[in-house]
Amino acid sequence: MKLTVAAAPHLRSGDDVRKVMIDVLIALIPASVAAVVLFGMKALLLIIISMVSAELIELFIMRVLRQRKDFKPDFSASVTGLLLALNLSLAVSWWQAVIGVLVAIGIAKHIFGGLGKNFWNPALIGRVFLLMSFPVQMTTWFKPFDLETTATPMAILKEGSGTLPPVKDLFFGTIPGSLGEVSALLLIIGFVYLVLRGRIKLFIPLSYLGSVALISWIFYSVNSSYGSPLYHLLGGGLMLGALFMATDMVTSPMSPLGQLIFGTGCGFITMIIRYFGGYPEGVSFSILIMNSFVPLIDMATRPKRFGEVRSNA
Amino acid sequence: MGLLTFRGGVHPPEKKELSEHSALTNAPLPEVVYVFLANHAGVPAKPLVEPGQHVLTGQKIGEAAGFISANLHSPVTGVVKGIEKIYHPVLGKPDSAIVIEREGEDTWQLLEPRKPYEEFEPQEIVERIKEAGIVGLGGAMFPTNVKLSPPKEKKIDLLIINGAECEPYLTVDYRMMLEKSQEIVRGVLALIKALGVKKAIIGIENNKPKAIEEIKKATKGTGIEVATLKTKYPQGAEKQLIYAITKRVVPSGGLPMDVGVVVQNVGTAFAVYEALEEGKPLIERAITVTGEAVREPINVIARIGTLASKLIELTGGIKEDEVDRVIFGGPMMGTAVPRVDIPIVKGTSGITVMSKEVAPSRESYPCIRCGSCVKACPMYLQPFVLNLYATNRLYDKAVENGLMDCMECGSCSYACPANIELVKNFKLAKKVYRTLKGGKR
Repeated sequence: MKLTVAAAPHLRSGDDVRKVMIDVLIALIPASVAAVVLFGMKALLLIIISMVSAELIELFIMRVLRQRKDFKPDFSASVTGLLLALNLSLAVSWWQAVIGVLVAIGIAKHIFGGLGKNFWNPALIGRVFLLMSFPVQMTTWFKPFDLETTATPMAILKEGSGTLPPVKDLFFGTIPGSLGEVSALLLIIGFVYLVLRGRIKLFIPLSYLGSVALISWIFYSVNSSYGSPLYHLLGGGLMLGALFMATDMVTSPMSPLGQLIFGTGCGFITMIIRYFGGYPEGVSFSILIMNSFVPLIDMATRPKRFGEVRSNA
Repeated sequence: MGLLTFRGGVHPPEKKELSEHSALTNAPLPEVVYVFLANHAGVPAKPLVEPGQHVLTGQKIGEAAGFISANLHSPVTGVVKGIEKIYHPVLGKPDSAIVIEREGEDTWQLLEPRKPYEEFEPQEIVERIKEAGIVGLGGAMFPTNVKLSPPKEKKIDLLIINGAECEPYLTVDYRMMLEKSQEIVRGVLALIKALGVKKAIIGIENNKPKAIEEIKKATKGTGIEVATLKTKYPQGAEKQLIYAITKRVVPSGGLPMDVGVVVQNVGTAFAVYEALEEGKPLIERAITVTGEAVREPINVIARIGTLASKLIELTGGIKEDEVDRVIFGGPMMGTAVPRVDIPIVKGTSGITVMSKEVAPSRESYPCIRCGSCVKACPMYLQPFVLNLYATNRLYDKAVENGLMDCMECGSCSYACPANIELVKNFKLAKKVYRTLKGGKR
């Protein structure tokens, strides 16, 4: 009789990283389906190419470059690939998407040591790389269904010309924008799933959305040309960013207080870029900037231990 | 009113149903027993017997060798064979044990006098507990008389009796509370008298309604209170139990007596009763032999030093094609042993034989900073941070971040989706840190 000698505890919850990643993928299904319905088969192509190339690149890096012969895909690359695809404009070509994935997985993720080790959200690094490399394709937007090129609500606000679509279009998603950002409703549905599964650091989206609402309300009260809080909340990439990108486990703070600081910082930077920056949209940059502060935030907001008496308290 | 509880912790499958209906019976007397000199926390006892010497059941065979140490008594009537090194289930390596072969009738040598606890003076109660070699039977095996002798400046005003039994699978405390409630309560009353406190509370998890009912019946008119606790792991951990019942917070690095509390296990209270009123030293204890890979899980009263293999035989034996591991204790804090011919010690509350089906998977991932461990830690530590420090050998940083507050309950490892061996790493880091600092143990 051969007995296993292993360390306690001898019971485990049975949860694993792969299940976490699958939950995130499930939560993004509504927004992905909407992307295909609104923007057509090319959206599906971009999504599939991004996900498959992400897994292949990760497999190559792990098995060949890092010599982990027993590595099995954990779907974290699929999550990165899907998020990147949902951040792309329909104007982006498939090979451009692959370059974005290569930057996201190969540079943003694996240069730092792979899963769990990266400072910045890989999908956002990929997106920003594409934005700088292919500015035309990345900022050409199409109307859903008829696919005419047009300006996004954020651009209309920025330029101060053109007519804003009604708020309900922003909510349901029948507005121009990147593949996965347009429907606030479907993003929220997916997000609720993650909350129910306990996969979300809840204080991040709450403080992110809350601070954007507050700041835009103050500016709107002073001068209505800054756009109403509803447009700032529902237009652009805020929902996708606040619900799915800022909440990336690896690149966000751990403690509730740290999450509040992180989310508020994201909201603040987003609005500064939207009001005063060169881009109509600031979600990606704000999250990446705040990602850089996570180690500091984590250190500064360590929770008090049970029974701890702090000398400087 | 909501159930009493603490923040953090996990809720593993309880698995009590396997053995909870098995009433306590006496295990057959073992042919040979192995009594470790280290049958308690602290300094090992000093042996008092020579090879070839005849001993009676309950005869003192080892003497406490320091303040934190305990007496040993022969679990059987027979002949001392000598002192041998045999695998110690808690230390995880061979250690000295007095080997005694059973011979003739089971003849007891009892402690005198035997009388109702009311007739003992407080100091006599503590002395009897010390004489009887009683240690914490919840698993820590800390000498009970030491806990009952706090320094003068520590004012104790409350005795808490731990009947939580939060460890999955184990049902000894439950069966003891059902079947020995009168005796437990008399033991608790004796402890109250020894400590000179006015108040005692017995805490029991709400998944044991029958035990709560029995203990409530037995405590009627005694002034002892019964507190119903939420079923959550580790509800029975000392600091969490004290917090759940009193909302008092034991300071980091402190002991229950720092907040005026002494905690004893229900099994210990029973042993106190037996030592005082029946004159029995601690030579046997109740133990659950359970798990999916034994045929019929049971609760038995076994002599200390009995081989686990003999107790497993009583269940009808191990299902050899299904067994994965054998654990001394429960699955959360117990130790997996390499063989079954290993003797039980005073703190062995269970032998859990787990099947391959329920044993954890070995696939592990990198930490994804999901925060599950932080939510699970009942000491509000950040296990993922401690793990980084511990595995990078930054022991000072780990200690600064609360490594020594970790009680090794296993909640973080249980919850971790990356299957990282957090507790294992912490145990090792603590050991290395203590060695580097030249400290004890």
